[in-house]
Amino acid sequence: MAVPTTTRQLTTSRAISEAIAMEMRRDARVFAMGEDIGKYGGIFGATQGLFDQFGPERIIDTPISETAFIGAAIGAAAEGMRPVVELMFVDFFGVCMDQIYNHLAKNTYMSGGNVRLPVTLITAYGAGYDDAAQHSQTLYSLFAHVPGLKVVVPSTPYDAKGLMISAIRDDNPVVYFMHKGIMGLGWMTMLAASAGPVPEEEYTIPFGVADVKRTGTDVTIVTVGMMVHRSLEAAQQLEAQGISAEVLDLRTLVPLDRDAIINSVKKTHRLLVVDEDYRSYGMAAEVIATVAEHALEYLDAPARRIAEPDVPIPYSRPLEQFVLPNAEKITAVVHEMLGR
Amino acid sequence: MQQTQPGGPVPPGGPVPPGGPVPPNVPPSPNVPPSPSASPPDGLERPNATVVSHSAETARWLQCYRQMAQIRYFEDQVDDLYNTARMPGLAHLYSGEEAIAVGVCAALRRDDFITSTHRGHGHCLAKGASIDRMFAELLGKASGYCKGKGGSMHIADQETGNLGANAIVGGSAGIATGAAFSSKMRGTDQVAVCFFGEGALGQGMLYEVMNMAALWKLPILYVCENNLYNEYTSYAETTAGTIAARATAFGIPSAVIDGQDIRAVYATAEQMVAQARAGQGPAFIQANTYRYYGHHVGDIARTYYRSKEEETFWRTQRDPIALLGDWLVSTGQADAAQLEAIHATARAEVQAGVEFGLNAPFPEISEVTQDVYA
Repeated sequence: MAVPTTTRQLTTSRAISEAIAMEMRRDARVFAMGEDIGKYGGIFGATQGLFDQFGPERIIDTPISETAFIGAAIGAAAEGMRPVVELMFVDFFGVCMDQIYNHLAKNTYMSGGNVRLPVTLITAYGAGYDDAAQHSQTLYSLFAHVPGLKVVVPSTPYDAKGLMISAIRDDNPVVYFMHKGIMGLGWMTMLAASAGPVPEEEYTIPFGVADVKRTGTDVTIVTVGMMVHRSLEAAQQLEAQGISAEVLDLRTLVPLDRDAIINSVKKTHRLLVVDEDYRSYGMAAEVIATVAEHALEYLDAPARRIAEPDVPIPYSRPLEQFVLPNAEKITAVVHEMLGR
Repeated sequence: MQQTQPGGPVPPGGPVPPGGPVPPNVPPSPNVPPSPSASPPDGLERPNATVVSHSAETARWLQCYRQMAQIRYFEDQVDDLYNTARMPGLAHLYSGEEAIAVGVCAALRRDDFITSTHRGHGHCLAKGASIDRMFAELLGKASGYCKGKGGSMHIADQETGNLGANAIVGGSAGIATGAAFSSKMRGTDQVAVCFFGEGALGQGMLYEVMNMAALWKLPILYVCENNLYNEYTSYAETTAGTIAARATAFGIPSAVIDGQDIRAVYATAEQMVAQARAGQGPAFIQANTYRYYGHHVGDIARTYYRSKEEETFWRTQRDPIALLGDWLVSTGQADAAQLEAIHATARAEVQAGVEFGLNAPFPEISEVTQDVYA
C-alpha cells in the first residue's frame, strides 16, 4: 500500500474537490458541470469551494437535464476540453444512459481512434442510510460491462485524490464512483475511514493496480469501495480468532488488476469477493471467473461471494440492513470456507 | 387568475416575493375559466358572517380546508420525526404547496389517476390515502402502503388512483401519460394528472410525452408546481423562456395560476379535467407556489440560496390555508371557531397516525425477496 507522506487529514469529499481544483489550475481545458455543484458545492461535497475559486464560467450549475449536459460534455471533450461532470446519484443515470453507452463509450472506437473523449463522470453510490430503491444502488458493474469506459471506485481519501487526478488526465471516459458513506458528510453516520491522510501536493494513482490493504495467508478477500472497510473490520475480527485474511482493494474495476487477484489466491488458496452491487452478473462474478480461468487448481474451497441479493434496495431499515454486506456476514462465510 | 388584493393588482402567477425570482407570467390561454369570485374588497361587517352556509360549494371548500390542514400537520410531524431521529431517510415536505394538490384532486374522481413526485405526501393525502398507512410507510412498517419497501419517495396507493411518488425528477411523466392512454384504449372516461416540479422542465421525456398526448388527444392534465427552486438552485438559473410556452408549442391549452389560491387552482383544474374527460385532450397548468421547508428535512441552512425575508413573505402573506380561511370567514361561510375545530381535528388525526406508524411492526425479513416479480 502506498504510504501517504503527510499527517494532514482530509475527508474524501475534500480530497476529491482538491484534486479537481488542482487540475483546473494546471489545465485550462478542465471544467466542471452538474446539478447543484456551484454555490452548493455538490450534494456530496465533491466540488465544494470550487465555485468561489473558479467562478461560474468553469463551475457550471446545469438544469436537471442529464442527457443534455452529458451529451454536451462528449462534444466538448471531442473538441479538446476535459469536462468533469457530476451526476448526483448513480441511480439517476437511467435517464441519460444512451449518451453514455452508445456515444461516450463508443465514439473513440467507431472513429477508428480519431476521437478522444477525456470525460470524467463522477457519481455517488451505495446504501445503508434509508434512501430507498432509486437512491441506494451501486451499479458499477453496469458501467464496467460496457467496453470503452474506465471505472474507478476509491475507498480512502488518499486514493480518492490520486485517482481523481489520474481520471482527469486520462484521455478516455472515466466513471468515478464515490460511496456516500465515506465522503465524510455531516448528515450521515461518520465512518472513521471517511477522513485520512492526504498529501497537499499533486500525485496520481495508476489505474489497474490493486492495493493490498492487509496481508494474510488463509483467505483472500477481494473487494472495493465501502466494502474495503467492512472487509478490514471482518479481517480484524478473524485475526482475533486465529484466521489470517488478506484484503485486496481493487480500486479500479476497469482496468482490473487480475494479476493481483490471481497471485493472492495462489498464496491463500481461498477466495471471497465482497461486493455491494447486486449479486448476479456483477463484479464478484468477474473476479471469480478470473480465478476459475487462471487459478482454479489453487483453490482449496469453492470461491464465495457476498453481495446484495437480487432485489431492489428496500426502504424499511431492518430490510435494508439485511441486504447489505457487513463484517458479520464476511466472518461467517470465511469460517464456513475454512471449516473452523 | 386575475384578482385584486389589498396592495394592488396581483399578476397571474401571484405576487412577486421580495428579492426572489419572478415567475414568468404568460397570459392565460382563451379557454382558461374565469376566476372564482374574488374576496370582497370592502371588509364590511356582514350581519350573517357567523352563519354557516351548508351549500355544496361551502362543503367543498371546508373539505379542502380540512385536507390542507391535514397535509400541513402531517408534514410538520414528519419534520419532527426526522429531528427526533425517529424516522429514517430524508423526506421532502410539501408544506406551502397544499392548495395545488388539494385543489386539483378536488376536481378528480376517486377512479381518476395521479402520478406524484419526491415531494409527494400532499398528493397522496389529497387523493384520499389514509394518514395511518402513510406514516407506517414513512416509518418502514409492514402496514405501510408499500409494506415499508418504498418509503417516502415511493408511496403509491392503487385504490385511490395514486400511481406513485417518484424519486426521479420527471420520472412519472411517462407513467401518467400511459395511464391516460389506457383510459382511452379501455374506453373509460378516467383522467390522469401528472404532478411535477419545475425542475422536471429540464427533462426531455416531459416534452416527448406532451407531444404524444397532444397528438393522441389523451385525457391528461400536466400540473407544473413551480416552487422556484430546483433543489438548491433557483429555477431562473435553469429555465429559459417561459414555462407555459412549452405547452403552447405542442398546441396544449395552458393556464398560469396562483398556486396559493385554492379557488383558482380548483376552478382551472375543474374545467380542464372536464374537457379532458370529454375527449378534448391534454391541458397544462403552471401553478406558482413556494416550498416552506428546504429541499428535504435536512436542508436547514438555506440563506445562501434564498433569503429569510422571502421565506417569511410567503409564509405570512401567501399561505394557502390562511388565504382560504380568510375568504371563508369574510364571506360568512365559516367562522373562526369552526376553522379552529377543523385544525384541532386534523392535528388529532395526524397525531393518531404517527402513533399508529410508530407502534406498527416492521416487516418480516422474509419480505426482502418477495414482490421482486409479480
